[in-house]
Amino acid sequence: MEKDERIALFQKWFADAIPHNKALGLKVIGASRGFASMQLDWREEFVGNPETGVLAGGPLTAMLDGCCGMSVATMLKNPEPFATLDLRIDYVRPAEPGKPVIAEAECYRVTRSVAFTRAFAHHGDPKDPIAAAAGTFMLGTKGRVTRAQSIGKEAIGAETKI
Amino acid sequence: MSALLERLAEARKSGDVGRLAEAIPYARWMKIAPENGTGELLTRMRYHSDLIGNTFLPAIHGGTLGAMLEMTAIFHLLWETETDTVPKIVNITVDYLRSARPVDVVARATVTKQGRRMVNVFAEAWQDDRSKPVATANAHFLVKSSDDAPPSL
Repeated sequence: MEKDERIALFQKWFADAIPHNKALGLKVIGASRGFASMQLDWREEFVGNPETGVLAGGPLTAMLDGCCGMSVATMLKNPEPFATLDLRIDYVRPAEPGKPVIAEAECYRVTRSVAFTRAFAHHGDPKDPIAAAAGTFMLGTKGRVTRAQSIGKEAIGAETKI
Repeated sequence: MSALLERLAEARKSGDVGRLAEAIPYARWMKIAPENGTGELLTRMRYHSDLIGNTFLPAIHGGTLGAMLEMTAIFHLLWETETDTVPKIVNITVDYLRSARPVDVVARATVTKQGRRMVNVFAEAWQDDRSKPVATANAHFLVKSSDDAPPSL
Protein backbone atom coordinates (compact mmCIF):
# COMPACT_ATOMS: atom_id res chain seq x y z
CA MET A 1 0.00 0.00 0.00
CA GLU A 2 1.29 3.48 -0.90
CA LYS A 3 2.32 5.80 1.92
CA ASP A 4 -0.46 8.37 1.37
CA GLU A 5 -3.09 5.65 1.16
CA ARG A 6 -1.74 4.06 4.36
CA ILE A 7 -1.78 7.35 6.24
CA ALA A 8 -5.32 8.07 5.02
CA LEU A 9 -6.45 4.69 6.35
CA PHE A 10 -4.87 5.29 9.77
CA GLN A 11 -6.28 8.83 9.79
CA LYS A 12 -9.73 7.42 9.18
CA TRP A 13 -9.63 4.73 11.86
CA PHE A 14 -7.28 6.18 14.51
CA ALA A 15 -8.24 9.84 14.36
CA ASP A 16 -11.59 10.48 12.66
CA ALA A 17 -13.43 7.37 13.92
CA ILE A 18 -12.36 7.91 17.55
CA PRO A 19 -14.56 10.72 18.86
CA HIS A 20 -12.06 12.20 21.31
CA ASN A 21 -9.20 12.11 18.80
CA LYS A 22 -11.50 13.78 16.31
CA ALA A 23 -12.45 16.43 18.89
CA LEU A 24 -8.73 17.14 19.37
CA GLY A 25 -8.33 17.39 15.60
CA LEU A 26 -5.48 14.84 15.59
CA LYS A 27 -3.77 14.31 12.25
CA VAL A 28 -1.91 11.11 11.44
CA ILE A 29 1.34 12.12 9.73
CA GLY A 30 3.30 8.87 9.83
CA ALA A 31 2.55 5.14 9.93
CA SER A 32 4.91 2.24 9.40
CA ARG A 33 5.69 -1.03 11.11
CA GLY A 34 6.12 -0.30 14.84
CA PHE A 35 5.87 3.44 14.31
CA ALA A 36 3.12 6.08 14.52
CA SER A 37 3.22 9.85 14.28
CA MET A 38 0.47 12.40 14.91
CA GLN A 39 0.10 16.16 14.95
CA LEU A 40 -1.98 18.27 17.34
CA ASP A 41 -2.65 21.86 16.30
CA TRP A 42 -2.73 24.52 19.04
CA ARG A 43 -6.22 25.67 19.98
CA GLU A 44 -7.44 28.07 22.64
CA GLU A 45 -9.54 25.30 24.27
CA PHE A 46 -6.41 23.25 24.98
CA VAL A 47 -4.77 25.94 27.10
CA GLY A 48 -4.01 25.23 30.75
CA ASN A 49 -2.62 28.63 31.63
CA PRO A 50 -4.58 31.46 29.98
CA GLU A 51 -1.89 34.01 30.78
CA THR A 52 0.89 32.23 28.93
CA GLY A 53 -1.18 30.28 26.39
CA VAL A 54 0.73 27.12 27.36
CA LEU A 55 -1.13 23.88 26.66
CA ALA A 56 -2.59 21.87 29.54
CA GLY A 57 -1.11 18.43 30.03
CA GLY A 58 -4.39 16.76 29.03
CA PRO A 59 -4.31 17.21 25.24
CA LEU A 60 -0.73 15.88 25.20
CA THR A 61 -1.72 12.91 27.37
CA ALA A 62 -4.61 12.02 25.06
CA MET A 63 -2.45 12.43 21.96
CA LEU A 64 0.40 10.33 23.35
CA ASP A 65 -2.03 7.61 24.44
CA GLY A 66 -3.57 7.57 20.97
CA CYS A 67 -0.23 7.62 19.19
CA CYS A 68 1.24 4.82 21.33
CA GLY A 69 -1.95 2.81 20.71
CA MET A 70 -1.64 3.29 16.97
CA SER A 71 1.98 2.09 17.06
CA VAL A 72 0.72 -1.13 18.68
CA ALA A 73 -1.82 -1.65 15.89
CA THR A 74 0.97 -1.49 13.28
CA MET A 75 2.59 -4.51 14.96
CA LEU A 76 -0.33 -6.90 15.36
CA LYS A 77 0.04 -10.03 13.24
CA ASN A 78 -3.49 -11.03 14.11
CA PRO A 79 -5.93 -8.23 14.86
CA GLU A 80 -7.14 -8.34 18.46
CA PRO A 81 -8.66 -5.85 20.89
CA PHE A 82 -6.15 -4.08 23.16
CA ALA A 83 -6.32 -1.47 25.90
CA THR A 84 -3.89 0.88 27.65
CA LEU A 85 -2.53 -0.71 30.83
CA ASP A 86 -0.45 2.23 31.99
CA LEU A 87 0.98 5.43 30.62
CA ARG A 88 3.77 7.52 32.09
CA ILE A 89 4.42 11.03 30.85
CA ASP A 90 7.37 13.27 31.69
CA TYR A 91 6.71 16.91 30.93
CA VAL A 92 10.17 18.03 29.92
CA ARG A 93 9.47 21.63 28.97
CA PRO A 94 6.44 23.81 28.20
CA ALA A 95 4.83 23.57 24.76
CA GLU A 96 5.15 26.88 22.95
CA PRO A 97 1.84 28.73 22.49
CA GLY A 98 0.44 28.65 18.97
CA LYS A 99 2.76 25.92 17.70
CA PRO A 100 1.59 22.48 16.57
CA VAL A 101 2.85 19.52 18.59
CA ILE A 102 4.13 16.37 16.91
CA ALA A 103 4.10 12.99 18.65
CA GLU A 104 6.22 10.06 17.53
CA ALA A 105 5.57 6.66 19.07
CA GLU A 106 7.44 3.40 18.74
CA CYS A 107 6.13 -0.02 19.66
CA TYR A 108 9.40 -1.81 20.38
CA ARG A 109 8.23 -5.12 21.79
CA VAL A 110 5.12 -7.25 21.55
CA THR A 111 4.60 -10.35 23.68
CA ARG A 112 1.57 -12.64 23.82
CA SER A 113 -0.20 -10.43 26.37
CA VAL A 114 1.54 -7.07 26.46
CA ALA A 115 2.84 -4.49 23.97
CA PHE A 116 5.52 -1.98 25.05
CA THR A 117 5.73 1.50 23.57
CA ARG A 118 7.60 4.76 24.03
CA ALA A 119 6.95 8.18 22.56
CA PHE A 120 8.17 11.75 22.38
CA ALA A 121 6.28 14.96 21.71
CA HIS A 122 8.11 17.92 20.15
CA HIS A 123 7.67 21.01 17.97
CA GLY A 124 9.55 19.60 14.99
CA ASP A 125 12.94 18.77 16.48
CA PRO A 126 12.84 15.33 18.12
CA LYS A 127 16.03 16.21 20.02
CA ASP A 128 14.23 19.04 21.82
CA PRO A 129 11.24 17.22 23.33
CA ILE A 130 8.26 18.72 25.15
CA ALA A 131 7.21 15.42 26.68
CA ALA A 132 8.37 11.83 26.84
CA ALA A 133 6.02 8.90 27.34
CA ALA A 134 6.13 5.18 28.05
CA GLY A 135 2.97 3.17 27.61
CA THR A 136 2.12 -0.51 27.95
CA PHE A 137 -0.91 -2.12 26.37
CA MET A 138 -2.78 -5.27 27.30
CA LEU A 139 -3.50 -7.41 24.26
CA GLY A 140 -6.53 -9.65 23.76
CA THR A 141 -8.84 -7.65 26.00
CA LYS A 142 -12.57 -8.24 25.93
CA GLY A 143 -14.76 -6.94 23.14
CA ARG A 144 -14.61 -7.50 19.45
CA VAL A 145 -11.84 -6.45 17.12
CA THR A 146 -12.45 -2.93 15.90
CA ARG A 147 -11.68 -1.75 12.41
CA ALA A 148 -8.84 0.32 13.87
CA GLN A 149 -7.16 -2.74 15.33
CA SER A 150 -7.41 -4.67 12.11
CA ILE A 151 -5.95 -2.08 9.76
CA GLY A 152 -2.38 -2.53 10.97
CA LYS A 153 -1.98 -5.78 9.10
CA GLU A 154 -4.07 -4.60 6.17
CA ALA A 155 -2.20 -1.31 5.68
CA ILE A 156 1.30 -2.40 6.59
CA GLY A 157 1.28 -6.16 6.23
CA ALA A 158 2.91 -8.61 8.58
CA GLU A 159 5.99 -8.92 6.38
CA THR A 160 6.57 -5.30 5.44
CA LYS A 161 10.15 -4.16 5.81
CA ILE A 162 10.73 -0.57 6.82
CA MET B 1 -0.77 37.24 40.65
CA SER B 2 -2.17 34.90 38.08
CA ALA B 3 -5.82 34.85 37.05
CA LEU B 4 -6.08 31.35 38.47
CA LEU B 5 -4.79 32.45 41.89
CA GLU B 6 -7.18 35.42 41.82
CA ARG B 7 -9.97 32.97 41.05
CA LEU B 8 -8.75 30.81 43.92
CA ALA B 9 -9.04 33.76 46.32
CA GLU B 10 -12.60 34.45 45.05
CA ALA B 11 -13.53 30.78 45.33
CA ARG B 12 -12.25 30.66 48.91
CA LYS B 13 -14.30 33.72 49.81
CA SER B 14 -17.50 32.30 48.28
CA GLY B 15 -16.77 28.71 49.35
CA ASP B 16 -17.55 27.57 45.78
CA VAL B 17 -14.52 25.66 44.51
CA GLY B 18 -16.21 25.09 41.12
CA ARG B 19 -15.17 28.60 40.09
CA LEU B 20 -11.55 27.45 39.80
CA ALA B 21 -12.34 25.58 36.59
CA GLU B 22 -13.69 28.73 34.93
CA ALA B 23 -10.18 30.16 34.71
CA ILE B 24 -8.81 27.17 32.76
CA PRO B 25 -9.89 26.92 29.09
CA TYR B 26 -9.04 23.20 28.86
CA ALA B 27 -11.09 22.39 31.99
CA ARG B 28 -14.09 24.24 30.55
CA TRP B 29 -13.77 22.47 27.20
CA MET B 30 -13.49 19.05 28.86
CA LYS B 31 -16.28 19.82 31.39
CA ILE B 32 -13.89 19.03 34.25
CA ALA B 33 -14.61 20.91 37.47
CA PRO B 34 -13.97 20.50 41.19
CA GLU B 35 -16.89 20.28 43.63
CA ASN B 36 -17.10 20.30 47.41
CA GLY B 37 -20.82 19.91 48.01
CA THR B 38 -20.32 16.81 50.15
CA GLY B 39 -17.62 18.38 52.31
CA GLU B 40 -14.95 16.44 50.44
CA LEU B 41 -13.08 17.91 47.48
CA LEU B 42 -13.90 15.85 44.38
CA THR B 43 -13.36 16.57 40.70
CA ARG B 44 -15.98 15.58 38.15
CA MET B 45 -15.65 15.11 34.41
CA ARG B 46 -19.18 15.40 33.05
CA TYR B 47 -19.89 12.87 30.35
CA HIS B 48 -20.20 14.20 26.82
CA SER B 49 -19.85 12.31 23.55
CA ASP B 50 -16.48 13.90 22.66
CA LEU B 51 -14.88 11.86 25.49
CA ILE B 52 -15.42 8.52 23.75
CA GLY B 53 -12.33 6.56 22.74
CA ASN B 54 -13.94 3.26 21.79
CA THR B 55 -17.29 3.41 20.04
CA PHE B 56 -17.79 -0.37 20.10
CA LEU B 57 -17.79 -0.96 23.86
CA PRO B 58 -18.44 2.07 24.23
CA ALA B 59 -15.73 3.44 26.55
CA ILE B 60 -14.22 6.77 27.50
CA HIS B 61 -10.79 7.58 25.96
CA GLY B 62 -7.91 6.70 28.31
CA GLY B 63 -6.20 10.00 27.56
CA THR B 64 -9.16 11.92 28.99
CA LEU B 65 -8.96 9.89 32.22
CA GLY B 66 -5.27 10.79 32.54
CA ALA B 67 -6.14 14.41 31.85
CA MET B 68 -8.89 14.52 34.48
CA LEU B 69 -6.69 12.81 37.10
CA GLU B 70 -4.05 15.48 36.45
CA MET B 71 -6.65 18.26 36.85
CA THR B 72 -7.92 16.56 40.03
CA ALA B 73 -4.42 16.73 41.50
CA ILE B 74 -4.03 20.38 40.51
CA PHE B 75 -7.40 21.41 41.98
CA HIS B 76 -6.54 19.51 45.15
CA LEU B 77 -3.17 21.25 45.52
CA LEU B 78 -4.72 24.67 44.89
CA TRP B 79 -7.61 24.17 47.31
CA GLU B 80 -6.21 22.00 50.09
CA THR B 81 -2.66 23.28 50.39
CA GLU B 82 -1.37 26.75 51.11
CA THR B 83 0.10 27.72 47.79
CA ASP B 84 1.11 31.02 46.31
CA THR B 85 2.07 29.55 42.94
CA VAL B 86 0.23 27.41 40.43
CA PRO B 87 1.62 23.85 40.69
CA LYS B 88 3.66 22.73 37.69
CA ILE B 89 3.39 19.11 36.68
CA VAL B 90 6.67 17.24 36.28
CA ASN B 91 5.34 13.78 35.47
CA ILE B 92 2.36 11.50 35.85
CA THR B 93 1.87 7.74 35.67
CA VAL B 94 -1.66 6.56 34.98
CA ASP B 95 -2.82 2.98 35.61
CA TYR B 96 -5.91 1.89 33.72
CA LEU B 97 -7.91 -0.57 35.79
CA ARG B 98 -11.27 -0.89 34.03
CA SER B 99 -12.89 0.47 30.92
CA ALA B 100 -14.84 3.62 31.71
CA ARG B 101 -18.46 3.62 30.61
CA PRO B 102 -20.14 6.66 29.01
CA VAL B 103 -21.19 8.31 32.28
CA ASP B 104 -19.58 10.94 34.57
CA VAL B 105 -16.16 10.23 36.07
CA VAL B 106 -15.40 11.42 39.62
CA ALA B 107 -11.95 11.61 41.19
CA ARG B 108 -10.25 12.38 44.46
CA ALA B 109 -6.61 13.27 45.13
CA THR B 110 -4.44 12.89 48.21
CA VAL B 111 -0.99 14.25 48.91
CA THR B 112 1.39 11.35 49.51
CA LYS B 113 4.35 13.54 50.33
CA GLN B 114 4.61 17.28 50.62
CA GLY B 115 8.13 18.57 50.20
CA ARG B 116 9.33 22.13 50.14
CA ARG B 117 9.54 22.26 46.36
CA MET B 118 8.11 18.93 45.19
CA VAL B 119 4.79 17.28 45.97
CA ASN B 120 3.83 13.67 45.27
CA VAL B 121 0.09 13.26 44.68
CA PHE B 122 -2.06 10.15 44.27
CA ALA B 123 -5.40 10.39 42.49
CA GLU B 124 -8.15 7.86 41.93
CA ALA B 125 -11.10 7.99 39.51
CA TRP B 126 -14.34 6.03 39.61
CA GLN B 127 -17.83 6.08 38.15
CA ASP B 128 -20.89 4.81 40.04
CA ASP B 129 -19.02 2.58 42.49
CA ARG B 130 -16.19 4.15 44.40
CA SER B 131 -14.80 0.74 45.36
CA LYS B 132 -14.22 -0.02 41.66
CA PRO B 133 -11.80 2.63 40.39
CA VAL B 134 -11.44 2.97 36.61
CA ALA B 135 -7.99 4.59 36.80
CA THR B 136 -5.41 5.76 39.33
CA ALA B 137 -2.43 8.06 38.96
CA ASN B 138 0.70 9.20 40.73
CA ALA B 139 2.10 12.59 39.83
CA HIS B 140 4.87 14.97 40.85
CA PHE B 141 4.37 18.72 40.94
CA LEU B 142 6.78 21.57 41.54
CA VAL B 143 5.10 23.97 43.92
CA LYS B 144 7.77 26.64 44.20
CA SER B 145 8.22 28.71 41.09
CA SER B 146 11.61 28.96 39.49
CA ASP B 147 12.66 29.94 36.01
CA ASP B 148 13.82 26.52 34.90
CA ALA B 149 10.74 24.73 36.19
CA PRO B 150 8.77 22.49 33.84
CA PRO B 151 5.57 23.34 32.00
CA SER B 152 1.87 23.13 32.14
CA LEU B 153 -0.64 25.17 33.99
